[in-house]
Amino acid sequence: MLETIPHVILVLSGKGGVGKSSVTVQLALSLVRAGKRVGVLDVDLTGPNIPRMFNVEDEKIRQAPGGWVPVRVGEREEGQEDTRIQLMSLGFLLKDRGDSVVWRGPKKTAMVRQFVTDVLWEDVEYLLIDTPPGTSDEHISLAEQLRNVNPDGAVIVTTPQAISTADVRKELNFCKKVGINVLGVVENMSGFVCPHCSECTNVFSSGGGLVMANEFGVEFLGKVPIDPAFNMMIESQGSWEGKGGLVQRYGDSQLCGVFKGITERLVVKVSPPEKGRDEKALSDVSGLN
Amino acid sequence: MAAVALPLQANIMGPPPADPQLVAPEPEHCPGPSSDLAGKGDACAGCPNQQICATAPKGPDPDLPLINARMSTIAHKLLIISGKGGVGKSTFTSMLAHAFAQSPSTQVGVCDIDICGPSIPRMMGALGESIHSSSSGWSPVYVADNLGVMSIQFMLPGKDDAIIWRGPKKNGLIKQFLKDVEWGVLDWLLVDTPPGTSDEHLSVCGYLKGTGVDGAVVVTTPQEVALLDVRKEIDFCRKAGIEVLGVVENMSGFVCPNCEGESQIFHATTGGARALCKEMNIPFLGAVPLDPRIGVACDYGESFFDAYPESPACEGLMGIIGKLREGMGLPPLESEGVEEEEEEEEE
Ligand SMILES: Nc1ncnc2c1ncn2[C@@H]1O[C@H](COP(=O)(O)OP(=O)(O)OP(=O)(O)O)[C@@H](O)[C@H]1O
Ligand SMILES: [Mg+2]
Repeated sequence: MLETIPHVILVLSGKGGVGKSSVTVQLALSLVRAGKRVGVLDVDLTGPNIPRMFNVEDEKIRQAPGGWVPVRVGEREEGQEDTRIQLMSLGFLLKDRGDSVVWRGPKKTAMVRQFVTDVLWEDVEYLLIDTPPGTSDEHISLAEQLRNVNPDGAVIVTTPQAISTADVRKELNFCKKVGINVLGVVENMSGFVCPHCSECTNVFSSGGGLVMANEFGVEFLGKVPIDPAFNMMIESQGSWEGKGGLVQRYGDSQLCGVFKGITERLVVKVSPPEKGRDEKALSDVSGLN
Repeated sequence: MAAVALPLQANIMGPPPADPQLVAPEPEHCPGPSSDLAGKGDACAGCPNQQICATAPKGPDPDLPLINARMSTIAHKLLIISGKGGVGKSTFTSMLAHAFAQSPSTQVGVCDIDICGPSIPRMMGALGESIHSSSSGWSPVYVADNLGVMSIQFMLPGKDDAIIWRGPKKNGLIKQFLKDVEWGVLDWLLVDTPPGTSDEHLSVCGYLKGTGVDGAVVVTTPQEVALLDVRKEIDFCRKAGIEVLGVVENMSGFVCPNCEGESQIFHATTGGARALCKEMNIPFLGAVPLDPRIGVACDYGESFFDAYPESPACEGLMGIIGKLREGMGLPPLESEGVEEEEEEEEE
């Protein structure tokens, strides 16, 4: 099913809690804001966060002839094509949001295969795949299942401190071993500007992602600061009234500009101009607001 | 269109069964190599393991008595868990270990079962070490006379090597950590786990259940995305029959080192760990504020607990230890060494 999607991008990290899901969400929002059609596949089976982050925890996945129908989020303009973000996550299959999913490897492998082969994505141009931390069953299965799909590659997320880059180095070596192309490194939670005195503190140190990218000879896509307002935005979605969903409101976020830059670099990276795979991509993204 | 239902979950109530040696990976709909249906299920037809599974002896894992014997010399066994990644399980584990090890008469072990992302060796200043094995087992790496550590990181040829293992291999190693490591007589064994509810958790809970494990300490950060995963972890513990001793809220509040103004980096929009504990009726053990010096100490393998004993983070930790011990029916930390041995050194 994924063979027909022009761009498949994984978001990976060896370390947990560094912001894989947040980066996935923001890449999706940035791509949509640039007029792209986006799908998000959440392969974190035991800790799926994508439904919460898009405020669609109560949605369910439906079975249609030929496969599973993804959940749509965003606003649909009347009379226009449905360009909303398409989501698939194990979170949509749970009876209660607090239920644990306790599976050993083979069950996980089966679910990953189903996610890759049985979802009815509709005209998606960019499919982003959010993953759990580590280099185990989900990752091995994903690498195997995606072999025929020929994904563009992976965005690697890390925070700056050594305890995080140490695990992420393992992820880079994993990519090398299983033949996943590394598109670049995002350094998340890099510095925090105190709202009281405007002094920047490196809460989780700074620069570690850049050093690691250089050492492994992969592109450094950018630094993302800590922005508590981002969490507030995600968490307050339920109380928004009137028009303007996450896609619009993200435009006011301090992080939107940062991710615009990262997304531009990524789009260029996955659409080499000489191949003309997606020539309009760059101008589209640059032309944004 | 019908809503899609979730497939059945692994059985986590019983003791871990004996696992036959397979010659090929389990097929997708494998009934389980040790289940009653092994070798006889629909998925077994054509599976290279079919004969092995069908003829393998059924029953509990024959290694269980060996694990029980090893664990019998350990007074208290705690699991440090969280559904969410990066909330500070390993940091909390190492701080807890250092705090317990303050008293020279208290023997402490830390077992790191995070196979894909082991952080304990770096945090505890033992990054370049390796383990020694003898006929009687593997000896832990000692970072202090009374503080031993075991981690897969000690077994890797290169520090950046990725461990690309599926479940069964991880389970095998965890079993060895519990069966073959010469912990000796310990007051505390702290088991640091990876995030999630998967093979590692099933295995360690299964193996430890019969050994009188005290229970699990759950670590979270204040925001709902983390609490959401923590709910799942607590649900898992309940299903697995592991007692939840309480929840620790980490990184709650950040104090600017420049102006001392406090801000919330991970907003507790749903009431944080306190509200979760109330809702799920489990003890709230306390909170540790976000202190950038903790991260630096971890990177350099220094004990934050020893370097900044007066910091709010350490005060938070001491409060947590107090509550934890109280819940376990133990006397406060100050009196431990005095009671167990006539030591006068500790503070
Ligand atoms: N730049 C940022 N500024 C502020 N908060 C952030 C930032 N990036 C991530 N966060 C927050 O940090 C927490 C962890 O992020 P996230 O859930 O995306 O990590 P993850 O790597 O997907 O974690 P897991 O390993 O558990 O899947 C979330 O609450 C998220 O909102
Ligand atoms: Mg995530």
